[in-house]
Amino acid sequence: MNTATASRYAAEYQTIASALPGKNLPWLQALRAQALTEFSAQGFPSPREEEWRYTNVSGIEKKLFSPSISLNVDEVDAEWLTSVQLEDAWVLVLVNGHFSAELSVLDGLPEAVSVMSMADALAKQPNTVEKYLGKAVDQSEHGFIAFNTAWFTDGLFVHVSAKMVLDRPIQVLHVVTCVDQMATTRNIIIADDMAEVKVIETFISRDGVYAASQSGTGAAISRDGVYAASLSGTGAVVGSNNAYLTAAVTEVFVGQNADVTLYKLQSESEKAYHFGGSYIKQARDARFTHHNFAFGGLLARSDIHVDLDHASECELNGLYLGVKRQHIDNHTRINHLKPHAISRELYKGVLDDRARGVFQGRVIVAEDAQKTDSQMNNRNLLLSDDAEVDTKPQLEIYADDVKCAHGVTVGQLDEKSIFYLQSRCVDEETARNMLTFAFANEMVDKIKIKSLHDRVLEQVLARFPQQGVNKEWL
Amino acid sequence: MLSIKNLHVSVGDKPILKGINLEIKAGEIHAIMGPNGSGKSTLSHVLSGKGGYTVTAGSATYQGKDLLEMAPETRAREGVFLAFQYPVEIPGVSNIYLLKAALNSIRKHNGQSEVDAMDFLTLVKDKVRLLEMDEKFLYRAVNEGFSGGEKKRNEILQMAILEPKLCIMDETDSGLDIDALKIVSEGVNSLRSPERSFVMVTHYQRLLDYIKPDFVHVLAHGQIVKSGGADLALELEEKGYGWVEEAVA
Ligand SMILES: Nc1ncnc2c1ncn2[C@@H]1O[C@H](COP(=O)(O)OP(=O)(O)OP(=O)(O)O)[C@@H](O)[C@H]1O
Ligand SMILES: [Mg+2]
Repeated sequence: MNTATASRYAAEYQTIASALPGKNLPWLQALRAQALTEFSAQGFPSPREEEWRYTNVSGIEKKLFSPSISLNVDEVDAEWLTSVQLEDAWVLVLVNGHFSAELSVLDGLPEAVSVMSMADALAKQPNTVEKYLGKAVDQSEHGFIAFNTAWFTDGLFVHVSAKMVLDRPIQVLHVVTCVDQMATTRNIIIADDMAEVKVIETFISRDGVYAASQSGTGAAISRDGVYAASLSGTGAVVGSNNAYLTAAVTEVFVGQNADVTLYKLQSESEKAYHFGGSYIKQARDARFTHHNFAFGGLLARSDIHVDLDHASECELNGLYLGVKRQHIDNHTRINHLKPHAISRELYKGVLDDRARGVFQGRVIVAEDAQKTDSQMNNRNLLLSDDAEVDTKPQLEIYADDVKCAHGVTVGQLDEKSIFYLQSRCVDEETARNMLTFAFANEMVDKIKIKSLHDRVLEQVLARFPQQGVNKEWL
Repeated sequence: MLSIKNLHVSVGDKPILKGINLEIKAGEIHAIMGPNGSGKSTLSHVLSGKGGYTVTAGSATYQGKDLLEMAPETRAREGVFLAFQYPVEIPGVSNIYLLKAALNSIRKHNGQSEVDAMDFLTLVKDKVRLLEMDEKFLYRAVNEGFSGGEKKRNEILQMAILEPKLCIMDETDSGLDIDALKIVSEGVNSLRSPERSFVMVTHYQRLLDYIKPDFVHVLAHGQIVKSGGADLALELEEKGYGWVEEAVA
């Protein structure tokens, strides 16, 4: 805890409070005030907290990131934006934490669906927001959540009515263009009973893309190429030098027998700090799938916490690729609260150079949650001697009739496989790349949306810049 | 084609091959038999360049070149093919891609241009038919989820497409039912030519009914303890290995 930092932020807060949305809503004002008090008292999380043991965010404390007060789209290049948008999705664009109607593509939405900015939702349907905001997450759990609650400037609000099946996905683009600033967004996704929706959260920095494409390293600018370029930069990483802070919180409510798929694609710039928490509450028989692709940032932490009701199912997939000095931390928690729920989790990491990965996966089976069926796996490839991973799966089981399994591997590539490929004429380096790529691609292949699949594949391919890694391998 | 002289190989401190001598001329088929653990796979691996073995003495000369000096992929490109006793699963890499990559790197090694896509497909489908495989196997990940027999057949498919000069088959017949054995044997026989040699490691005379060897060698305790013609295999089948091993001891 660094209360000095906290009070610096708190002092700054007074200067922007009046510009934050929902200032005429007493319940929100009270919530924000409480959050500010909590944040002032505890600051950002410290490694002394068990769930932050491997991740030190003091780098954020040393800087004082300032909020961007209002929307400014001057820095957003329209052509670039088009290239990162999915052509088959409704797109909501947030620039430095502020909604831009001009850049968003939301026409033609069915009536039974609300997709709007959080600021709009607070103005147009404050009662609905009140019913959900802060209900899937405990804001006192750690400093980032309190921080987000106090500071959020805008976000995504999605509400899909009962039985509505949305065939096109919704993409929310969290674009950052500014240096030393912060983008603080609060997002809510509600799927009423039997509804189905797919949402893609993309966190991306414009500067990363520009830096890479201007220097001309591998920036073959096709639609996909731009994405790739943002990662290739100089060498293998995220391209930009811009420090900024993303602090996003997403709450998801999956109604009875409803089905929500949430994709998170994190491609922040090379010096960026990212905190993104997704907190999911599932009703009876609900299904939830999460795909978490963590490629960017200097330090990136994701929380994915799921509460499972009777016979509900969740699937958590993750892929983290770290190079240089990146630190990527994924923290998942699955709460089996009621009987017969199923959870499946697979997180894979590939860490090169001096990158460090953290995986903390908790599965908690309540006394009441008999017949729980849970599997958790974390697999890591370390490509360099200096790369590191801390992996900590935790099962806490209070019921007696359950089926819970977990497994962890940390290793290098399998020598037998390398030799097999060599015996089939493939040189050793290519063999290693093939196996690494195949390892990562298993997670890419789980993406069901073709346009997204192809873009993520480009990003993964861009992580193998020199070696002619090849899509045809698949 | 291949000349092995006094080859000694250890794993760590443990000597496994203790002075192998073997001359294989172009067009010949040599069967290597011998009890479990005698060093047959070790010999196959060392010839194809697998790591983890130390050659403590002796040499292996392939087409006038020092085979043991070459990287595994160079050996493969020069025409040495190992059909594995236990083929490895490579999730995420498709069978057909690996075939094409392998074929093209051999062609490149020989100063030829890449294979034409249509010609390649025709060639592959031809061989798939020869081995009575389902074309679907081409598009699956290499060996992933294949049954034991399917894996062995897939090895021979690769061999048929890559047309190596020295084919080392390590227990290709183990785990094949009689129908599969016939098909695989026909596949191998169709590859026989005066320029191509085979080393077949096997425990069973049954294979040699279909592919008649020119020579049969018995490997025991890291040495070739007896060599003979095709008849030797019949004798071994009848009497077991005891008498040859004893004769040496
Ligand atoms: N990596 C290794 N480390 C230790 N010992 C090894 C290793 N590889 C082989 N060996 C030993 O070397 C000996 C020969 O093994 P090899 O696999 O070559 O036998 P084989 O003749 O192929 O047997 P099989 O008929 O069962 O296939 C065995 O005793 C085996 O345990
Ligand atoms: Mg063997």
